[in-house]
Amino acid sequence: MLRITDLTKRYGTGELVLKGLTLEIGGAGLTAIIGSSGAGKSTLLRCINRLVEPTSGSIVVDGVDVTGLRGRRLRHARRSIGMIFQGFNLIDRLSVMENVLSGRLGYVGFAQALTRRYPQADIDRAFTLLERVGLQDFVNTRADTLSGGQRQRVGVVRALMQDPKILLADEPTASLDPKTSQQIMSLTRELSEELSLPVLVNIHNVHQAKEFADRVVGLRYGTIIFDGAGSDLDDAALDRIYEGTAGRGDEHGDETVGADARGGTVASP
Amino acid sequence: MTLGERERAEPYRWQRFTLAERLGRFLIYLVSAAIVFWALRTLDVFWPWVWSAPTEIADLFGRMTPPDLRRGDEILRAMLETIHIATLATFLSLFIALPTAYIAAQNTTPNGVTLWIGRFILVATRSVNTIIWALLFVAIFGPGVMAGILAIAFRSIGFTAKLMAEAIEEIDRKPVEAVVAAGGDKGKIVLYGIVPQVLPTFLAVTILRWDINIRESTVLGLVGAGGIGMILQGAIDTFQWQTAATILIAILIVVILGEVVSSALRKRVI
Repeated sequence: MLRITDLTKRYGTGELVLKGLTLEIGGAGLTAIIGSSGAGKSTLLRCINRLVEPTSGSIVVDGVDVTGLRGRRLRHARRSIGMIFQGFNLIDRLSVMENVLSGRLGYVGFAQALTRRYPQADIDRAFTLLERVGLQDFVNTRADTLSGGQRQRVGVVRALMQDPKILLADEPTASLDPKTSQQIMSLTRELSEELSLPVLVNIHNVHQAKEFADRVVGLRYGTIIFDGAGSDLDDAALDRIYEGTAGRGDEHGDETVGADARGGTVASP
Repeated sequence: MTLGERERAEPYRWQRFTLAERLGRFLIYLVSAAIVFWALRTLDVFWPWVWSAPTEIADLFGRMTPPDLRRGDEILRAMLETIHIATLATFLSLFIALPTAYIAAQNTTPNGVTLWIGRFILVATRSVNTIIWALLFVAIFGPGVMAGILAIAFRSIGFTAKLMAEAIEEIDRKPVEAVVAAGGDKGKIVLYGIVPQVLPTFLAVTILRWDINIRESTVLGLVGAGGIGMILQGAIDTFQWQTAATILIAILIVVILGEVVSSALRKRVI
């Protein structure tokens, strides 16, 4: 379904964020990508739908190499790649239904989009999905009046409206409280099974990665250093993924201790 | 050791400015005073007329009271014409202001050349005063409302488009990103990513400009470009001070009403 080969990414003239990454995602199932901040998780995901321009390498989604595409063909490729965002990325002033239908913007024409005259099939699909996630009573509610969990469910439905071949989720629960976060992860997992949809999730929470993912990919400094089942992710593996990186605070750990020590002398009588 | 027990050889000293800073500030005061003095000397103000102003004001007030209401109908019609000029001009200016805002905003303009053109329209229309525009259009279209409408509309383009362009530049990128990820093209990015975010500002700016335009259109008549100003000019030229007083009061009422209506409308859209 998704085959990434030798993918590299460099922002401007900086260091390589992704260093020749190769990854293959087969059929359905939830794959979690873990790693500390700055490991390149978000960049990797955004290269797949070209929100970020890869520097080199190839990304084949459903038989199409997306790296060379431009204009209409790129937009068509993006239709089959759904995305869920950390910040929900909803259109605040529009209704839930308008937000959901905006998932079809790659399919409808400008006049249809302007007048909100979407095909009946789209509207049917929108209602079915909204009922599935329990938002059927909020169809005409403005998106900015919803709670965080409800907003992310709108985000999920919008992504699924695209009728995607693969779903990308960039830290989908990082802006949510623990309970809601758990609900969104189970919902994503269930929908992945119901629609036999491969899902790629960037996630900070290692426990959730182990709980919900069929497969866990560990990223460190732009390289894959772990790839296996969630149950294989032991302490040794976690240490390798997070060791010496800012994510676990080890790098800044010394500084923190130093500051504490200095703070101590000031505080002591 | 507590704070109270601390003994010091000399008291604490603190000053907001250093000596150099204080000298610098004194210099700024001095230069400002010199500029004011220079301007007054150069302008050659005829002071006796300034000192006699209180008497003149009392005299003018005497000649203006009581306001003459006999030409009320005519004034009312001219006032209505003034408001229509403002409304039509505001509406007309939007047709140019919207595309101008689109190309003058850095995040939506197609390329460097269009950005430059957009910025040029902003500056060019805004830097010319309404009265100057009116003189120009009276020369082209002859005296009357047409010249007035165009003058107000042209002056409005820069103002409206600039504020709208700023609103476009300040949008949240996230919804735009979502539309791009769904495979939307430029048109749909504008429709779903930008328009919902900037619409309230656009409406508020339009209403604000309408309010300003009502005030501007009251003076258009002074250069023959229609509206209440025409009658005002006529009344002053023929020394009908009581009629002039009525017109001034009418202008004041309409301007206040415009302010009230526009602020009420703006509250509703934001």
